[in-house]
Amino acid sequence: MSEAPSPRIASNRTTLIACVALVGVMVGAAYAAVPLYRLFCQLTGFGGTTQVASVAPENALAQSISVRFDANVAPGLPWTFKAETQVTTLKIGETATIFYKITNNAAEPVTAQATYNVQPDLAGAYFNKLQCFCFTDLTLKPGETLDVPVVFFVDPALVTDKDIATLDTITLSYTFFPSKSRKTPVAELTEPPKPQL
Amino acid sequence: MAQAATLNATQEGNPTGWKRWVMSTNHKDIGTMYLFFAIIAGLVGGFLSIAMRLELQEPGLQYFTNPQTYNVFVTGHGLIMVFFVVMPALIGGFGNWFVPLMIGAPDMAFPRMNNISFWLLPAALGLLIISLFVEGAPGSDGFGGGWTVYPPLATMGHPGPALDFGILSLHLAGASSILGAINFITTILNMRAPGMTMHKMPLFAWAILVTAFLLLLSLPVLAGAITMLLTDRNFGTAFFDSANGGDPILYQHLFWFFGHPEVYIMILPGFGMISHIISTFSKKPIFGYLGMAYAMVAIGAVGFIVWAHHMYTAGLALNTQRYFMFATMVIAVPTGVKIFSWIATMWGGSIRFTAPMQWAMGFIFLFTIGGVTGIVLANAGIDRNLHNTYYVVAHFHYVLSLGAVFSIFAGFYYWFPKMSGRIIPDWIGIFHFWVAFVGSNVLFFPMHFTGLSGMPRHYVDYPEAFAGWNRISSYGSYIFAAGLLIFFYGILRAYLSPVRAVNNPWGEGAKTLEWTLSSPPPHHQFDMLPRFSGSGH
Repeated sequence: MSEAPSPRIASNRTTLIACVALVGVMVGAAYAAVPLYRLFCQLTGFGGTTQVASVAPENALAQSISVRFDANVAPGLPWTFKAETQVTTLKIGETATIFYKITNNAAEPVTAQATYNVQPDLAGAYFNKLQCFCFTDLTLKPGETLDVPVVFFVDPALVTDKDIATLDTITLSYTFFPSKSRKTPVAELTEPPKPQL
Repeated sequence: MAQAATLNATQEGNPTGWKRWVMSTNHKDIGTMYLFFAIIAGLVGGFLSIAMRLELQEPGLQYFTNPQTYNVFVTGHGLIMVFFVVMPALIGGFGNWFVPLMIGAPDMAFPRMNNISFWLLPAALGLLIISLFVEGAPGSDGFGGGWTVYPPLATMGHPGPALDFGILSLHLAGASSILGAINFITTILNMRAPGMTMHKMPLFAWAILVTAFLLLLSLPVLAGAITMLLTDRNFGTAFFDSANGGDPILYQHLFWFFGHPEVYIMILPGFGMISHIISTFSKKPIFGYLGMAYAMVAIGAVGFIVWAHHMYTAGLALNTQRYFMFATMVIAVPTGVKIFSWIATMWGGSIRFTAPMQWAMGFIFLFTIGGVTGIVLANAGIDRNLHNTYYVVAHFHYVLSLGAVFSIFAGFYYWFPKMSGRIIPDWIGIFHFWVAFVGSNVLFFPMHFTGLSGMPRHYVDYPEAFAGWNRISSYGSYIFAAGLLIFFYGILRAYLSPVRAVNNPWGEGAKTLEWTLSSPPPHHQFDMLPRFSGSGH
């Protein structure tokens, strides 16, 4: 290397810095994808992400749709989890309330949280919940039983989506997982779960 | 020019012995090490694939007592071939050797960074090899989730440290490629000989430039994604853990945002080399030079917006699938420009069917077959049937194993006299070509049939119904492997023979700057920077 930077070495350095900056931006973009993707899913219902609404629609359509309720417990969680209604038929736009029953079969208190999903995925954008119990840590005492409500409606805009306009059944599926934050007391990088009431 | 003179005056004597290689800052020596490394890694990856074909030759379990071990072999084969064979050979090997020579530069812009780029790779390969021998899934060694490393199999299914070694290996290989890419971009943008404008630059340099930009934009995303996997596995984060609000599909998006440009990273340098070979042995300048250069730019750019065609079965909205379908098919246009320009270059040319030319023509033919099955798979409706079947395996081996690897051999036979100063007898290269051509087609063409009839990938066993074509595929793999013996015999012959290569053994069709130098070129070339005028690509 020569002592005083020649024009070429200077321009090499500029290119180097630009390239390194580009690499930094792309690493940042990969991590930025995590919150952006979550936002994207919430806005579009992508991948069966259900919508959270605060008001029910005023008019229901004459057309009906069936909603099936599915309940699962991850292996290793000593809970019984059942939907009290297996299937309900309601008008599109009509608000309904159903209950799930959770029982802790263990001899000690257990904490878990539920995730949910809608099938078919495309219906996620039209499945609106006014009240549910997902993404919050739920602790049950030994033998305790809890009835938890889900208040929901199907958005009338569903019938204008040509991919799923003729859909006659939606399945709402919940799965309870043992709470990970309890087992591994390491700082969570994800956002703290928000109550969705 | 003053700069080159200064550099030359301060040079010490040429280093010798181990220092010449281990501490090398010379682009030609580093290129040689990359090629040597790729050949060694290729033998390891090839061994894994032969083991797979031996197992699949008959239904039932023959050699693998634990089916998981078979999946570990599949994964190792994929990762080694992508990261430690094709990329080092095309970019590190031929790129290092010939980009500075072709653009009239004395060396790469950052010679020491070039050294670390190379030496990160053996470390990365070492980590990957270690990963094969430590526990992954409970009760078996190595990671068996495929080169895509999808969660949740990667986060929950493999509690052992095997995948952690694998992830760190990919980090090192990625860092190596990013440093190499920065070096190429700086060299090509700043160190072209006087008079060599971008639009007069040889197509191989264009190919490496586009490839370097793809690396720079895509590899950091892979690094981010696998770092998230690593923290999900070991530090309690939940990026891809649906039990805690993460989303495994996000990993697929991040991976394929890297993964799709990656397949162009593996083929674009080959495109560049094939252009030079076709032009040399047709004794004509390449047809439609600017179109060829910008077709590569277009392929690179469009390559970043088609990733979800790998995810048609992941539950995308139909409109999203429609977009990715049409965007994917658009890539056929610049690719077609390249294929037809190669044919137009040959048209009316004075063609000599030398070994590199036959490899190059084989490349065009086989890559086109792989491209056509790619268009078939781009259709979301058809893909739903063919996803994860052997049809997909056939498709990507036609573009990579028969495409990228044929271009590596074409480039090797084309540039071997320049790199070594020795001559591989032409009949050896031609014999190798025909054995490899027959072997690889016997190996991969039947996979279209087994795939269309529904045979899924990643399984150690299959129903009796698929037995016939699988046996033929296995025979093909042995033929291809036998071809490698001819290849090594050719290199041996060249080094045992007293015949030496002249500066330009290919005659007047070879117009790029490397043929103006001695064979092999001096340790430091272009003491006087060449002045470049005229068009001559």
